Amino acid sequence: MADERKLAYVMAFNEAVKQQMEADPNVFCAGEDIGAFGGVFGTFGGLQARFGADRVVDTPISEQAIVGLGVGAAVTGLRPIVDLMFMDFICVALDQIVNQAAKLKYMFGGDAVLPLTITTAGGGGLSAAAQHSQSLEALLCHIPGLKVVMPSNPYDMKGLMTACIQENNPTVMIKHKRLLGMTGHVPEESYSIPLGKGNILRPGKDVSIVAYARMANEALVAAEELAKDGIDCEIIDPRTLQPLDTDLIVSSVKKTNHAVVVHEAVRFGGLGGEIASQIQELAFDYLDAPVTRIGAPFSPVPFSPALEQHYIPNAKTIVQGVRDVMARV
Amino acid sequence: MDLSVDVQLDLHRRMVRIRLFEEAAGRLAESNRLPGFLHLYVGEEAVAAGVCGALNDDDHITSTHRGHGHLVAKGGDFNRMMAELMGKATGYCKGKGGSMHISDTSLGMLGANGIVGAGSPIAVGAAFANRYRGRGQVAVAFFGDGSTNIGAFHEAANMACALHLPIVFACENNEYGEFTPRDKTMAITDIVDRAAGYGMPGVIVDGMDVIAVHEAAVEAVERARSGGGPSLIEAKTYRFYNHHGVQNLGLKYRSDDEVAMWKQRDPIFTLEDRMIENKAATRDQFDAIWAELRADIDTAIAFADESPYPTPDQIMVGVYTSMTGAQ
Repeated sequence: MADERKLAYVMAFNEAVKQQMEADPNVFCAGEDIGAFGGVFGTFGGLQARFGADRVVDTPISEQAIVGLGVGAAVTGLRPIVDLMFMDFICVALDQIVNQAAKLKYMFGGDAVLPLTITTAGGGGLSAAAQHSQSLEALLCHIPGLKVVMPSNPYDMKGLMTACIQENNPTVMIKHKRLLGMTGHVPEESYSIPLGKGNILRPGKDVSIVAYARMANEALVAAEELAKDGIDCEIIDPRTLQPLDTDLIVSSVKKTNHAVVVHEAVRFGGLGGEIASQIQELAFDYLDAPVTRIGAPFSPVPFSPALEQHYIPNAKTIVQGVRDVMARV
Repeated sequence: MDLSVDVQLDLHRRMVRIRLFEEAAGRLAESNRLPGFLHLYVGEEAVAAGVCGALNDDDHITSTHRGHGHLVAKGGDFNRMMAELMGKATGYCKGKGGSMHISDTSLGMLGANGIVGAGSPIAVGAAFANRYRGRGQVAVAFFGDGSTNIGAFHEAANMACALHLPIVFACENNEYGEFTPRDKTMAITDIVDRAAGYGMPGVIVDGMDVIAVHEAAVEAVERARSGGGPSLIEAKTYRFYNHHGVQNLGLKYRSDDEVAMWKQRDPIFTLEDRMIENKAATRDQFDAIWAELRADIDTAIAFADESPYPTPDQIMVGVYTSMTGAQ
């Protein structure tokens, strides 16, 4: 449709926050530089001007206290959105995320509700080097009590961010830095996409590619290339990594009999291992070849573009991975 | 400030409840009837009682690994507390939390905490929410001297002051971080010195004197409630038992003489002696209070003993809430 409304990924995030703040006075935002400055990626742009400094709060550079602020405010009845500028910084706040936010409800015997959204920006591709480029989602997905979301496009961003804010459990919304400027169709009215529900980005019959965030887009490019060779790829974007839409992945693999799992995070110990394992357990008899995992090598993210471009998986590596899987038939 | 007899008796009652609960828990632990770790609050009762006595029911507190006293002082129910310590389904946390995570959000008690220093940032969040709602509630972060060496405390103190939140930082300086004396782990003697670094007032009180603690708490809570921002109270106190468990004498890291000296200053007996001397109460009156509360403890132990353990099907319950949208 020529007249359909287009919005950038970053503005889809912004619009979800804005609409939820309008809808619910208990929603507030806190984080470093999110107020007058609007966030280092512009994610919170204009929100303080609209809602005031009491609801869009500039904080000190104190990641533990930022998440703690969210935990304490959530458990006493507000609906906080707390921002950790770069995903790497979750490591500074891990106690509050892992030992407090994720576990309070359980440790209290269920006597706590934590409608907390932690937002952050992950992924490489900006020559931001090893402390500003990581993909640490596997670490978060390993923690019972958290939900983890990584949208691959503007439409999903708005719907998933809306769902995160409305969710009564702690969620981590991971924006991909390289997708911030990506534009796509985003309806103006508020809508939510259920957490834990994946999406078939491209239907196909020969091989299932499971990929999320930026890698889902790389997989789409790879699929076009592979189509030229007559390989018809089905691309599954789980969208939410915890809980994971295992049913969607497994049903796809049962149809295609081949699976490639792609993420930008280092391969070893990454979520790809879990997804491959689920496929193996639930669809073993349907597999014509071992599940292939594509991920970054086991090194920190390098700085120089000359290195980083070879470090992060891309459409070319996905094409190669798919060809390898198909060749093993 | 001249505290009324009623207020003094209220503070006394809170302290005796803590003492009896903790002594009972200690006896149960000695006979291996409590699973897990046990950090007893005995000796420090004046701090929890004096501070919580200055709070309203809907004010919030965060606590520490030594947290039973804070919940008791906030009005915690003996039955559900004892059941939780035994890991029973009727406990405050349905057997999911135990001693180190005991909590009652309906009393504003946002949990004991197994991570040293972790409560303070959460109290900052509660204080933020309290100001946001504008109902005049305040938050108190209880923490030990040892936790002022961890980053979370400093981040919380600074953020609370930067945002000018309605919060009181209540430090229980018992002179030991676990098994190491304070002078080995910091170069200052008084925790209160740290308050100035964040721009908040701080005061040292005798943590064995519940009246002194209470008076300082009333002032700090009033300051917070009226928009005057954060403040810090350092209560100099002492735990009569070991860091965990029920041993009190013959410890490698502190002398028996030191323990005896502090026990001379027992916060409950000090208050009783003073009230009797001031003819504010009689020994018979106190004896009756102890007897009444002892009976409550006996009831709680019986309740916990008779309560069922949680069934294995409860393991996955309470990891997430299934609710979405408005609470």
